[in-house]
Amino acid sequence: MTNYLEVRDLSKRFGDFTALGNVSLDVTEGEFVCFLGPSGCGKTTLLRAIAGLDPQTSGTIRQKGRDVSALPPAQRDFGIVFQSYALFPNLTVADNVGYGLVSRRQARGAIAKRVEELLAMVGLPDSGPKYPAQLSGGQQQRVALARALATSPGLLLLDEPLSALDARVRLRLRHEIKALQRRLGVTTIMVTHDQEEALTMADRIVVMNHGAIEQVGSPQEIYRRPATAFVADFVGSMNFLAGTLETSERVKIGGLVFACPMQDGLVVGTKVRLSIRPEDVRVRDLPADVANRVPVEVAELDFVGAFCRASLKVRTDGDVALVADFSSNLIRDLGVDIGSRLDVALPPDRVRVYAA
Amino acid sequence: MSLAAPTPKTVLRISLSRDDLLMRVGLVALVGVLLLIVALPLWALLAKGFEDRDGRYVGLANYISYFSTPALFNSALNSFHVAAVCTVIVVPMSFLYAYALTRTVLPGKWLFQGISLIPIFAPSLLPGLALVYLFGNQGFFKGLIGGSIYGFDGIVIAQVFYCFPHATMIMVTALATADARLYEAADALGASKIRVFFTVTLPGAKYGLISAALVVFTLVITDFGIAKVIGGNFNVLATDVYKQVIGQQNFSMGAVVGMVLLAPAALAFLVDRLVQRKQVALLTARAVPLIPKPKFGRDLFFTAFCTLVSAGILAILGMAAWGSLIKYWPYNLSLTLANYEFANFDANGWESYFNSLRMAAGTAIIGTALMFVGAWLNEKTRGFGVIRGIVQLLAFLPMAVPGIVLGLGYIFFFNAPNNPLNFLYATIGILVINTVAHFYTVGHLTATTALKQIHPEFESVSASLKVPIWKTFGRVTAPICLPAILDIAIYLFVNAMTTVSSVIFLYAPDTKLASVAAVNIEEAGTTAAAAALCLVIVITSAAVKALHLLADRFLLGRLQAWRRR
Ligand SMILES: Nc1ncnc2c1ncn2[C@@H]1O[C@H](COP(=O)(O)OP(=O)(O)OP(=O)(O)O)[C@@H](O)[C@H]1O
Ligand SMILES: [Mg+2]
Repeated sequence: MTNYLEVRDLSKRFGDFTALGNVSLDVTEGEFVCFLGPSGCGKTTLLRAIAGLDPQTSGTIRQKGRDVSALPPAQRDFGIVFQSYALFPNLTVADNVGYGLVSRRQARGAIAKRVEELLAMVGLPDSGPKYPAQLSGGQQQRVALARALATSPGLLLLDEPLSALDARVRLRLRHEIKALQRRLGVTTIMVTHDQEEALTMADRIVVMNHGAIEQVGSPQEIYRRPATAFVADFVGSMNFLAGTLETSERVKIGGLVFACPMQDGLVVGTKVRLSIRPEDVRVRDLPADVANRVPVEVAELDFVGAFCRASLKVRTDGDVALVADFSSNLIRDLGVDIGSRLDVALPPDRVRVYAA
Repeated sequence: MSLAAPTPKTVLRISLSRDDLLMRVGLVALVGVLLLIVALPLWALLAKGFEDRDGRYVGLANYISYFSTPALFNSALNSFHVAAVCTVIVVPMSFLYAYALTRTVLPGKWLFQGISLIPIFAPSLLPGLALVYLFGNQGFFKGLIGGSIYGFDGIVIAQVFYCFPHATMIMVTALATADARLYEAADALGASKIRVFFTVTLPGAKYGLISAALVVFTLVITDFGIAKVIGGNFNVLATDVYKQVIGQQNFSMGAVVGMVLLAPAALAFLVDRLVQRKQVALLTARAVPLIPKPKFGRDLFFTAFCTLVSAGILAILGMAAWGSLIKYWPYNLSLTLANYEFANFDANGWESYFNSLRMAAGTAIIGTALMFVGAWLNEKTRGFGVIRGIVQLLAFLPMAVPGIVLGLGYIFFFNAPNNPLNFLYATIGILVINTVAHFYTVGHLTATTALKQIHPEFESVSASLKVPIWKTFGRVTAPICLPAILDIAIYLFVNAMTTVSSVIFLYAPDTKLASVAAVNIEEAGTTAAAAALCLVIVITSAAVKALHLLADRFLLGRLQAWRRR
């Protein structure tokens, strides 16, 4: 399959500050891609460069095989939705949605019909005559979406479209946007700093940090096999234990030695960090010969709703600590409480090792 | 994987869209217009100061003779003296008045606020005329003052009247933005009222005070009408320019005096810009607005104070009004409308009033269009930083230039025989152009502020929808900014009606304006008719302002249903 969008060696500098450094990225047609990263990492900068709103300093962008690198936004093919909607306050909802259609010299009846269709599509069939100020935030964002989709752009760009909304509305709109995108098959790029949003909505996630791409992958890949310590840390919770790579399949941490997947990228004898997600720490039914068994004592137990987050101290080595998620069932069945002593295991296939 | 050498990076050159091109052409045209109506006339003035009467270059000779002629140089000292004294009087007065309006419980607050604005609608010679009636050679209260009202004292009193609303508006803005939490904190810490005043209130209004002081200083030093009417033998810079040019036809010396007058005005303006830049937003989004609670003693004091000041303003206006209706001051006090038969006092009769209306309407329409579109181009053009910087500079320049100086520059620039634009000279067109230029800064700032308040991505959205930017200007940007557009138009109309200084050199017999006619009539010695003409101007500009307020309240509300939730 050919790529719909090809970004090559894109850089953006503001004076001496490099907001984007040599970013390359491919997006296939019909894909939903999320740019995820901490504040200030360059997500918006990359999105606006793709739109041509704030052109890159160097590098090329090809859209559908056409080099658009130097084209002004009006000559590119995209629709855009901003965090703050940017609806025209003095125009009715219908006029907002039809804004891009009017200049295309379509018959008035055809425009009205298309507007109606679009409003029905975003679930606001009767809001046409209202003004934006009379709608809720969530409704306004849907109008913005309808306006961006009105001209059937090949590429839909969303810059934190949900972050101004409250939690409930956000959840509902997540599903609606995703379903709409699937139905229309429009290639979509969404910027977000909310990892949950990215994990639930995206076909592929682009994790960014300091103006560079850290990893590109499906939500499962990003979560299960974070390519860098930054990704591991930024997406979900993660334990990091500092140690030394003893052999290519063993990490020594304090007095303990852990088995890990084969490491060919790291030099034996160097300092490394061993990582494991709290929910991957095993407690129940440990076989006698289970790998990476660690005797621990429960130091703290924080109730988080569906489960408890336990802070564990390694009994044989007081300096090593890790957190694990215990289900309520487990806590009841094993009678876990602060001060409880138990054995846990860090399954080697769930363990990942990064250079320190 | 190939090991090709990394491709050399060339810095990207973005091609321009039609919108970009259009807007850049517009900006360049705007720079051209501003150069023509602001910069080049000033340049002509500067050059004139280095020429003798016959146009030969004489270097600094004119300046040397200026500074070595005590009679001339003395005016500069007089100007500074008057300006300093007026500043010292007006700033505390306007501070107290604004404090009363914003921080105390004042009965009839809107009335006090309205009265404080009245002087804005009058040409500056009006308070001068009123003082002539009250304390002049045949004044009612002549006996009350020791000497003559003509001179220093008269100028100061009239200037206080004239500058008061400008300073008060600035102080109201500065004091209105108070954070109640600061006062609660001070209270909780047990600070005394005096201490709260000096540690919270005054620092909060610091920038307002500085700004008000500089504005008053500049207004006084550059005003022409008051010193003309009530200055007597007390010469100031602005009247000297007039005397050199109109009286002695010594244009070169007029230009030199103009440059001397420009210096303090420009300096005050620069200081104000520097100070305002330091100002950080004191009011955060979470600030709690201060709502004054009743307090008997304080409220009584401020009500008395405001009543006194308002009475003074009304007395001056009322005196001018009464004087204009009296048969023969002070011998025959019966009422008449004869003084409004302007044809008996000035060849143009009422025509000068209609000229004023035409000129003010033209200024309002052309000026508003130019200022708003100009500010829009400057805000929304992508890239093109250098030209945008130049526009910003040229738009700010008029604020620093006294009207009489700009008017003088216009003579030199537009009257030059080799200027293809000299057909404009002696038309109503040049009066409009001059007035637009004179008041350009405030209109530009108002438009810029309004444009900065609307969503910055409207243009991005319309570009993505392939809608030309000018269409978005017409359908969205301008309609949203309609209140600001109206503000600019009214501001220009009122100022065009009342201005004297910048147009005094530029009228032809058939384009004379009402404010200028009033000066001429007064010069000829008919105070009553001059007062009558001033009053017609006051009534017209106040009526237009009242219409504006009504429209704002009722018409805009209907037109802009979208503002309602
Ligand atoms: N016009 C500008 N001038 C200078 N620096 C800028 C400009 N715009 C952005 N930056 C800087 O570039 C970096 C990336 O900005 P960008 O807006 O792309 O971040 P982001 O990832 O979208 O962050 P957020 O989640 O906060 O929106 C930031 O450090 C920002 O300060
Ligand atoms: Mg951003």
